[in-house]
Amino acid sequence: MKTIILRTASNYMLPLLLVFSVFILLRGHYLPGGGFVGGLIASIAFVLHAFANGLGNTKNLIRIHPGFLMPVGLGLSFLSGLSPMLGVGKPFMTGIWYPEKIAVIGGLGSALFFDVGVYLVVVGVTLTIIFTISEST
Amino acid sequence: MIEQLLIYPLLLQMALAIILMFAWNNTSTQKFISISGSTLNLALAVYLLMYVWQNGTQTVQAGNWEAPFGITFVADTFSATLVLLTAIAGLAVSSFSSGSVIPPRLKFGYFPIFHFLLLGLNGAFLTGDIFNLYVWFEIIIITSFVLLTIGGEKAQLEGAVKYFTLNILASVIFLTAIAVLYGLTGSLNMADLAAQVAAVENRTLVQVNALLFLVGFGIKAAVFPLYFWLPASYHTPPSAVSSIFGGLLTKVGVYALIRVFTLIFELDNLLENVLLVIAVLTLFSGAIGAIVQNNIRKIFSYLVICHIGYMIAGLGMMTEVAIAGAVFYLIHDIIVKTNLFMVSGVIYKLKANHNIKKLGDIYADFPKMSLLFVIPLFSLVGIPPLSGFWPKLSLIGAGWDTENYVVIGSILFASFVTLFVIVKLWGEVFWKNGEKLPELRNFPYFKTLTSVQKVQMVAPIVFLGLVSLYIGFAAENIQQLASRIAFELLDNQEYIDAVLNSAKK
Repeated sequence: MKTIILRTASNYMLPLLLVFSVFILLRGHYLPGGGFVGGLIASIAFVLHAFANGLGNTKNLIRIHPGFLMPVGLGLSFLSGLSPMLGVGKPFMTGIWYPEKIAVIGGLGSALFFDVGVYLVVVGVTLTIIFTISEST
Repeated sequence: MIEQLLIYPLLLQMALAIILMFAWNNTSTQKFISISGSTLNLALAVYLLMYVWQNGTQTVQAGNWEAPFGITFVADTFSATLVLLTAIAGLAVSSFSSGSVIPPRLKFGYFPIFHFLLLGLNGAFLTGDIFNLYVWFEIIIITSFVLLTIGGEKAQLEGAVKYFTLNILASVIFLTAIAVLYGLTGSLNMADLAAQVAAVENRTLVQVNALLFLVGFGIKAAVFPLYFWLPASYHTPPSAVSSIFGGLLTKVGVYALIRVFTLIFELDNLLENVLLVIAVLTLFSGAIGAIVQNNIRKIFSYLVICHIGYMIAGLGMMTEVAIAGAVFYLIHDIIVKTNLFMVSGVIYKLKANHNIKKLGDIYADFPKMSLLFVIPLFSLVGIPPLSGFWPKLSLIGAGWDTENYVVIGSILFASFVTLFVIVKLWGEVFWKNGEKLPELRNFPYFKTLTSVQKVQMVAPIVFLGLVSLYIGFAAENIQQLASRIAFELLDNQEYIDAVLNSAKK
C-alpha cells in the first residue's frame, strides 16, 4: 500500500496519535482510558506507519526491538507496586500520592507509574506480535 | 517489613521473571539466575513456614484496602506448606531444566515463563480472595500452555489443544460459580464468604453452586470423569516441564477443592457421597489406565490421576484424621511425582526411548543410577517405611471410623495396582535384557552431556529423593504438620479471624 496520500498522512498521524495516547494514559485514573487503551493507540500509530512506509522504515524509527519494552514495562509496574513497601512501610500496591497537583499530568502517584508500565507492556506485546506476523508472511 | 513476609515468595518470583526477560538471549545467565533465585525462594519458604508455625495465620491486605473489600493474602499452615513444596519442586525442576532442556527451546523464554508459572502457583496458594484465585488459575493456564507448546512439535500441539480446551472449560465453569456466589452473597473474600454462605436461605442454589465449584476444580485436579486431558498432554513436552506439571498443577485443583469445601461450603450428605464416589472411580480408572500403558510417561500420568483419588477420598470423609491423611498424601505426592517425571527424563536421555517394552538393561548398565531411582519409585508404592505408606494408614483408619468400606477397598486396590505397575516397570525397564536400540544421530545422549549438565540432571533427583526419605523416616514431624493443618481447616475460625480482624486493627 504505497499510496502517496497515506504516506503523507501517516507522517502527521504518527506524532498526533502518540500524543493522543499519552493523553488517554493520563486521564485514565478517574475517567475512561488508562495504560492499556493508551498502549493500544500508540501501537496503532506505529502499525499505521508500517502500513504506509514499510516495516523496515518503522523499525528504523523505533530503533530498539519492541519486545524489549515488555520487561521494562513490567519492571516499572512492579517497582511502583513495591514502592509503598520500601518507602512508607505500607502493604504491597498501596497507592501513594504526591500531595500537590502538577500541571498537565494532574495527580502524581504510584498508580500513574503502574499505568505507564502497563502502557509500555501493551506497546511491546502488540508490536512484537504484529511485526512477527508481518515478517513471516 | 516482617508482617509482609508472606508475599515475598510472590514478589521474588515476579522479580526473577522480569530479570530473566532482560537476559532473553543469554541462556547461561538465565540458568544461573533461575537456580540461585530458586534457592533463595526455598530459604524464604522455609522461613515463612517456620514463622507461620510459631505465630499463627498471617495476612496482608494488598493495596491497604480493608478485608472484605480488598484482596487479602493469607498464609495459614496449609498455604505455607504448599508454598514450601512449590519452592522445593521449583528448585529441583529449575536445575533439571538447566541440564536437560535443549538450547533452542530455552531461547524462546523458557525460564521467564517457568518463573511466571511458579508465581501463579504461589499466588493460588496464598490468596484469600476467590476471584483472585481465578486470576492465578488463569496465569497458571497461560504459562503452562506456553511451556507445553515451546518447541512446536506436532505431538506437543495436539496435546496442548486438548489440555487447553478442557482447562479453559474448567475456568469458565469456575468463573460461573464465582458469579453465582457473588450474586448470592455480594462478597468475594473467602473468610467473609464462610459466614455469608451459611446465612443464605436458598439452600438449593448454594448446593448447585458448590457442585459448580466441584466440577470446575475437578477438571483441573483431573478426577473422574474429566481427566482425559492429562494423559493426552503430559507425555508430550520435555520431561522437565512434565515434572513440574505432574508434581504441582493438578495439586492446585486439589488445594482449591480442600480450601473451598472446608472454608466456604459445609459438606452435606449429598456432596460427601459425590466426592467419595468420584474418589473411588478416580482410583479405579487411574489404576486401570496405568496397567495398560507402555509409555513410561503415560504410566506416570495415569498414576497421577489415580493418586488424586486418595486426596479426594480424604476430603470426602471429612474427619480430622481423613483430612490429615489427604494433606500428608498431598505433601508426599508433590515431591514423588515431580521426581518420577525427572527419572523418566533421565531414562529417556540414557536410551532415547520411552517404551517400556523396548527399554531394558538399565540396572546392568547404570547400577548406581538405578539404585537412586528406587527411592521415588518405591516411595510412590508406599512400602513401609517409605513416604507413601503413612498417609494411606491414616486414610484407611479414617475409612474404618466412618464405615466407608468401599473406599478402603478401592484405596487398597489402587495401592496394589500401583505396586504391580511399578514392579512391572522395574522388571521391564531395569532388569530385562532389552533389545538393542539403534543409536540415534544428533540425539543428546546422557553420556555426551557435559559433567555440569549431568550434575544438574541428577542432583535434583538426589535432592527430592532425600526429601522423600525424610518424609518417610521422619513421618512423625510430617504427621504433626498434617494434623495441625487438618485441625485448622476443620476449625476455620482462626483463618476467618486472621483475615477479618486484622482489618480492624
